[in-house]
Amino acid sequence: MLARLAENLYWHGRYLERAEDIARLINVTAHLNLDLPSGLIAGWKPLIRITGNAALFEELEEEADERSIVRFLLFAENNSSSLKATLEYARENLRSARDLVPREVWEQMNALYLKSSERLNSKLSKRRRQDFLEGLILDCQQMAGTLQGTMSHDHAYDFMLIGRHLERADMITRILEVRGYDLLPDTAEDLGPFESIQWMSVLKSLTGYQMYRRHVRSRVSGSDVLRFLLRDGQFPRSVMFCLLVLEDLIEGLPGEDDRSLRSVTRLQRLLNDTQVRNLKGRELADFMDRLQIELANADLAIRHTWFGSGS
Amino acid sequence: MNLDDYQPKEFYDELIGKGGRPRVASRAVWKYLKSLDENELGERRAACDLAALVAGITFRVYFEDTGVDRAMPFDLIPRVIALREWQGIEAGLKQRVKALNCFIDDLYNDQEIIRDGVFPAELLANSENFQEQCRGISPPLGIWAHVCGSDLVRDSDGTMYVLEDNLRIPSGVSYMLENRQVMKRVFPELFEDSGIQPVDDYPSQLYDALASLAPSPADYPSVVVLTPGIYNSAYFEHAYLAQQMGASLVEGRDLVVDSSDQVFMRTISGLEPVDVIYRRVDDAFIDPEAFREDSMLGVPGLMRAWRAGNVALANAPGAGVADDKVVYAYVPEIIRYYLDEAPLLDNVPTWKCQSPDEMAYVIDHLDELVVKPANESGGYGMLIGPRSTKKEREQFARLITKNPRNYIAQPTLALSTCPTFVHNGVAPRHIDLRPFVLSGLETYVTNGGLTRVALKAGSLVVNSSQGGGSKDTWIVDTEAS
Repeated sequence: MLARLAENLYWHGRYLERAEDIARLINVTAHLNLDLPSGLIAGWKPLIRITGNAALFEELEEEADERSIVRFLLFAENNSSSLKATLEYARENLRSARDLVPREVWEQMNALYLKSSERLNSKLSKRRRQDFLEGLILDCQQMAGTLQGTMSHDHAYDFMLIGRHLERADMITRILEVRGYDLLPDTAEDLGPFESIQWMSVLKSLTGYQMYRRHVRSRVSGSDVLRFLLRDGQFPRSVMFCLLVLEDLIEGLPGEDDRSLRSVTRLQRLLNDTQVRNLKGRELADFMDRLQIELANADLAIRHTWFGSGS
Repeated sequence: MNLDDYQPKEFYDELIGKGGRPRVASRAVWKYLKSLDENELGERRAACDLAALVAGITFRVYFEDTGVDRAMPFDLIPRVIALREWQGIEAGLKQRVKALNCFIDDLYNDQEIIRDGVFPAELLANSENFQEQCRGISPPLGIWAHVCGSDLVRDSDGTMYVLEDNLRIPSGVSYMLENRQVMKRVFPELFEDSGIQPVDDYPSQLYDALASLAPSPADYPSVVVLTPGIYNSAYFEHAYLAQQMGASLVEGRDLVVDSSDQVFMRTISGLEPVDVIYRRVDDAFIDPEAFREDSMLGVPGLMRAWRAGNVALANAPGAGVADDKVVYAYVPEIIRYYLDEAPLLDNVPTWKCQSPDEMAYVIDHLDELVVKPANESGGYGMLIGPRSTKKEREQFARLITKNPRNYIAQPTLALSTCPTFVHNGVAPRHIDLRPFVLSGLETYVTNGGLTRVALKAGSLVVNSSQGGGSKDTWIVDTEAS
């Protein structure tokens, strides 16, 4: 398989997952704010930090309210990591490799992109925004399902999945870093009755609430949620699950260079060797940083080994 | 459907003879079309559109703003040629391409045809498509134009003429293949026992021809299709042929030439050797070391590798020297010179403006001639005399006087017609035919080729870039059925 096309598919996987994650974050934040008393609404700012765009945001926007933040995340012209731009990259990368994927998937991608470029603008009302984002999440899931059910699970497929799971693991650590820092401060003070619903929102942003309840069977508490989202081996939106998938996929790729594989197993060890339940405050943020750095190493190793790019 | 009103007018009609009766090879299809009522016909046309969609008809013009692919218009009524006539054309095409390959090989080597005074040296000196970089090279089997698409037209007296030869990167064969797929889905009953010759083996014939060029014998030579990329208008054809041949579809940046002049492609398993490149990138862009330095589409060092004999290129760089429209005028002499045979297919009578007498004639008769620049394709830069304005004729007179070598002129041919669906029934529309000739260890001519049709009433321009459509082409063995 040509290295260029493998790279296109890898980035397609990453961007599409990123688009879905942005949509989930925004919807869940909107929900959460409805439940919080007005004094506690700090809800939107963390999204800018989660997506790693604080500096650009401050430069572009004067106020940090829901309106400006959502505009920034969804379609601001100058934000190259807006949802709109992300979908465009997902489409462009798939376009070059479209002969390798089932035709329906290209058509779904195209339809999603066209719909988004039409709807994502300042005319999008709050209510319609929610419907639109929910639809987008379903579209992404539909593409994943079509691929899973109709495409040969060959290397082309593997590279899409590698991109998707690497991106997903990265996004989980970002959500936990930002939200966890707010919710698990260094000094254990009582956050009151709203702590629980805020952790629920973290779970919901990763569609993990229902599965958490089934498998953890305890009230929603910060330490249990952390453990679930970092270490659970069965929930598809936990970091460990993503790492297990990555390990499996990378082992099946050609070549002798095992840097990517070592990077992934190092991440697994890091998670297994850390008492994640006890993390809070600065420590938690630092740990998420370490995970992110190691994920970036894995990305570099993959690009170097199979695409002949990176370093 | 009611076809009794169909009137071929003053042109030669491919299906209907003088007196309004179908020609022998067309009888079956005409009778069948007549037997369909409006509903059935509507169903067939809907089925045709659907078949095009479902089968993933792959040849579309891509529109950036919508991302939607538009199908090239396809007309359901086939163009029919009797096998016996076709066999003569086929022999003529083989003869022609063989002679053209001898000619190209000679030009880049000993130039005997010039020394013997058959072909003027100054024509070569002024040729835009003569590549100095190819001098002294002898590609495998002495073949330069491995894939040739010659355009044939029929005049009102029924004579088939060669209008031009495309020896660089002729396209359109994928339409021929897909048109047949659609017809077989829509009219399966017509194909039973009807003696229609198949066209489907083109991709495997192409693969065999390409594989026969591999520098060293191997069971499975590595054959790739080199495309300029997804924005090229023929990208779908490149992707389709690659897929049908089981070859990799590569872009210039996927290939690399190492210091020992070997060509490789970059894969996820590292560098893999490449033996044969079916390139769909123009000469000028193929290697920035040898041709245009600013080319982003090419592969630096490709010419080195080719010259060293480490990779085969099809068509060979420089093959275009022989599809120059001025060279065209000499093809009958070229055939006689190299093969010592009389040409089996006719050239359209051609005036070469390079000769002062002929130029004077052309300028005096601009209103009745078609004037063509030597090196353009796709119908661009032409003057169609009878339809031109005075201003256009004056402009061409100036262009010709300034650069006579660059122009030829031909009589306006009364292109033959074929019944074609139009918004209110069936009417005659002008057509041409592009058969494809493959030259490798063996020579192969497609059964028929791509019939292009000018969809506008009276129009003679069949190019898809200018609103033309296409039809399936049937070579029918009337003695078999």
